[in-house]
Amino acid sequence: GTLPLAAGPDDDQLVINGETEIITEAAAPAHMEYVDTIYSGWRFRTDETQALELDDFDNPGMLTVDAAIEAYNTVEGSAGESCASCHGDVDSFAGFAATMPKVNEDTGKLMVMEDIVNTCRTEQMGAEAWKWSGDDMQGMVALINLQSRGEPVNVAIDGAAAPFWEQGKEIYYTRYGQLELSCANCHEDNYGNMIRADHLSQGQINGFPTYRLKQAKLISVHNRFRGCIRDTRAETFAEGSDEFRALELYVRSRGNGLSVETPAVRQ
Amino acid sequence: MTRIWLAAAALTAAAMPLQAETVAPTDVAYTDGAVEMSLTGMAGDPASGREIMNKGAGNCIACHQVTDLPEYAFQGNVGPSLDGAADRWSEADLRGIVSNAKEMFPDTVMPSFYRTTGFTRPGNAYTGKAAEGDLDPLLTAQQVEDVVAYLLTLTE
Ligand code: HEC
Ligand code: HEC
Ligand code: HEC
Repeated sequence: GTLPLAAGPDDDQLVINGETEIITEAAAPAHMEYVDTIYSGWRFRTDETQALELDDFDNPGMLTVDAAIEAYNTVEGSAGESCASCHGDVDSFAGFAATMPKVNEDTGKLMVMEDIVNTCRTEQMGAEAWKWSGDDMQGMVALINLQSRGEPVNVAIDGAAAPFWEQGKEIYYTRYGQLELSCANCHEDNYGNMIRADHLSQGQINGFPTYRLKQAKLISVHNRFRGCIRDTRAETFAEGSDEFRALELYVRSRGNGLSVETPAVRQ
Repeated sequence: MTRIWLAAAALTAAAMPLQAETVAPTDVAYTDGAVEMSLTGMAGDPASGREIMNKGAGNCIACHQVTDLPEYAFQGNVGPSLDGAADRWSEADLRGIVSNAKEMFPDTVMPSFYRTTGFTRPGNAYTGKAAEGDLDPLLTAQQVEDVVAYLLTLTE
């Protein structure tokens, strides 16, 4: 039969709303030993899927982001505060997401965006923590990340971050499950190749939370990690686990240089 | 209760002789990656092997292309095309490759289809939960033989 022999990434360029240029290809950061060039997952998708990201009116992820704008301005919890009452306009977070995740200097804990949002909800607002992968949480994470759209990811991997980064790297190269496949087996050794109907990308997270057409919602970084590890017939780690925080830092650092692309659209 | 259970176990054991020739996943003998002896002592069925290439735990075409299988859409290219595999490999080689490809190709991404030990965080199939008890191999001994019989038809 005729086989859809896909090769590597395509040559398309991503400009959102005709104005925000997205860096979808960059020289790999120095810490990457086996890859010269890094690519956004957008470069591996079909033209139809790619098109959904060109204009925010066509981007199905923006509905959840719009709901998050409401939530951002809504008072909730015992302290009578909203995000806006402390932080003002959401664009005050411009640039912030590009350096996430990072270690909190006071606690020494590696914080991903979900941790920050829930800390503000529980400690500042007196509101309930949101579920990790729920629409409330992922909409808010997307809204904050959106304020950095276009900016190159630039997470720190040294200093206090170093031990977490090492842990994440070890997880990335571990062959889990009965299929004995590591993240690297699929996303480093085989990006550009087809695994059954799937065109393998580098598994970058610069576009997260990502609207996944298959699940018809914004999905979290940890939900994606879970799915990929589950598919190796392995016992996964939990969303919000320290293992996934460390892996998030590590995978994010493999995208240092690519633009924040949130909310990306994927198949 | 215990005694009834034991009696049932004894009965099952007594009914075993038919399968006595099946080599357990932990007892397979590899020589340079190849396995000489049939895992079941029974001939493989190439028609069944052909189906296993596409479905369930086999799903070989997730990674391999086979021109002989045009009815199966979306063949992957993580591994080499299997066209002409029977010209390159003996039956024993193919049995070894399908049972545990890591014996023939150390570090390969190809899963070990007839191996049950030595995994990191093995799961309960595709649930994401931890495996309970002993793992079943991805393919049964007879399924391995069936796949090998099918691969032996791939000449150029
Ligand atoms: C009552 C005040 C208050 C409210 C309400 C509040 N925050 Fe915060 N937020 C803070 C403070 C104080 C910090 C700094 C904490 C620190 O650095 O330890 C912070 C930090 C942050 C940061 C990290 C910014 C940085 O530069 O480190 C983000 C992102 C954030 N908040 C988002 C939110 C969101 C989203 C909401 C609503 C769900 C919210 N906050 C509600 C007080 C608040
Ligand atoms: C068996 C192969 C396989 C393994 C192992 C695997 N993945 Fe994936 N992954 C896929 C496929 C297929 C997709 C969907 C196509 C794509 O985007 O690459 C995907 C998608 C992703 C995406 C979404 C990329 C985007 O652009 O939105 C991320 C992130 C990801 N994987 C990370 C990981 C990480 C981290 C690991 C290890 C914990 C991992 N994957 C292990 C097959 C795999
Ligand atoms: C996750 C990917 C993957 C899956 C699934 C897979 N293989 Fe492979 N296979 C490979 C790779 C990669 C190689 C090349 C060996 C190496 O890694 O050097 C290979 C090699 C082979 C070879 C030798 C190649 C040749 O013709 O010279 C045979 C035969 C083979 N596989 C058969 C199978 C069969 C049968 C199945 C299913 C029961 C299967 N494979 C499933 C990845 C895979």
